[in-house]
Amino acid sequence: MNAGFDLSRVSAGFADPSIASQAVFRDILEALSHPGQLVGVIASAKAPVGVHAASCALLLAMLDQDTLLWVSPSLAARDAPGYFRFHTGCTMAADPAAADFALAASPAELPPLDAFAAGSEAYPDRSATLVVQVPSLEAGQGWTLSGPGIRSTRRLAAGGLGAEFVAQWAQNHKAFPCGIDLFLACGTLLVGLPRTTRVEA
Amino acid sequence: MSKSASDSLHAVDSAGHAERQSWIGVLARTDLALLETGLAGIAPQAFEWLRKPETGLVMVRARAGGTGTRFNFGEMTVTRCALRLADGAAGVAYVQGRSHRKAQLAALADALLQTDSSAAAVRSAVLLPAERALADAAGRMQRRAQATRVEFFTVAREAG
Repeated sequence: MNAGFDLSRVSAGFADPSIASQAVFRDILEALSHPGQLVGVIASAKAPVGVHAASCALLLAMLDQDTLLWVSPSLAARDAPGYFRFHTGCTMAADPAAADFALAASPAELPPLDAFAAGSEAYPDRSATLVVQVPSLEAGQGWTLSGPGIRSTRRLAAGGLGAEFVAQWAQNHKAFPCGIDLFLACGTLLVGLPRTTRVEA
Repeated sequence: MSKSASDSLHAVDSAGHAERQSWIGVLARTDLALLETGLAGIAPQAFEWLRKPETGLVMVRARAGGTGTRFNFGEMTVTRCALRLADGAAGVAYVQGRSHRKAQLAALADALLQTDSSAAAVRSAVLLPAERALADAAGRMQRRAQATRVEFFTVAREAG
């Protein structure tokens, strides 16, 4: 995984890293404060093959040399690891349990949620943040979400994530204050699902 | 953990690796003026930034003697950048100081040296003059040092 890579295959990152990552950070904050709400991410980076614009922008803004990134197998075999290592200085994790951040190319490549670090009672912040790319994101239909940041309920339909995911998410939600936080990405759209959000099918 | 990443970050295929390492070193140490005049004669090439020039500090580590433990010698201001030409060749530069222009020209020369159509021209206009200038500077320094050289002799003390 740490083998040398060809720099000529790395595409461009943010045009203006400090301004762009602050703007993306604001979008991420917006997504986590209003779980289930579709947030458009303004992204100037040229994402590597298989990585959506929103997930690419999120990772460019959040990763640094102290974070471990896990990417799902179809991405690990291509340009994504080299891209994120070059632009952020992050290290690749072979094991999902070790990762601070994880990127799944599609719902099919998402390991069970308990494969990732959920933090401990003393340090619930040492949990992983997942980015799952989905084929579609629609507000106003599908799951019913509730919890902090949602006045009553909010509806969200995420393509490719079925009953199995909802059951795993219920376990994740129950483990509070431990548990992972999750982002759904589709194109330039981002949705935040913090561990405090309840998801009902 | 960050070590393994930096070890292989700019590794290329082993053929030509040492040669490229050596020219990147020469380009980094050469004068901005020499890069400007040398590259002025080369047809301008469109490129995109992979990493715009950015200035930071690098900790220089050293050893006292061949076997001493490593210590932090001091920090050094370094400007780095990476770019890619339209034909796909990528150039990188890590140069001392804060000159973004020098980092850009050094990276550009690195990329052009990897491109078959421009390698020969850049070699004769930039790389060879730069190597000569560095050798001259090293020679001058050595001569200045030699002029003040003191030979020490150990003379056996006469008995009695």
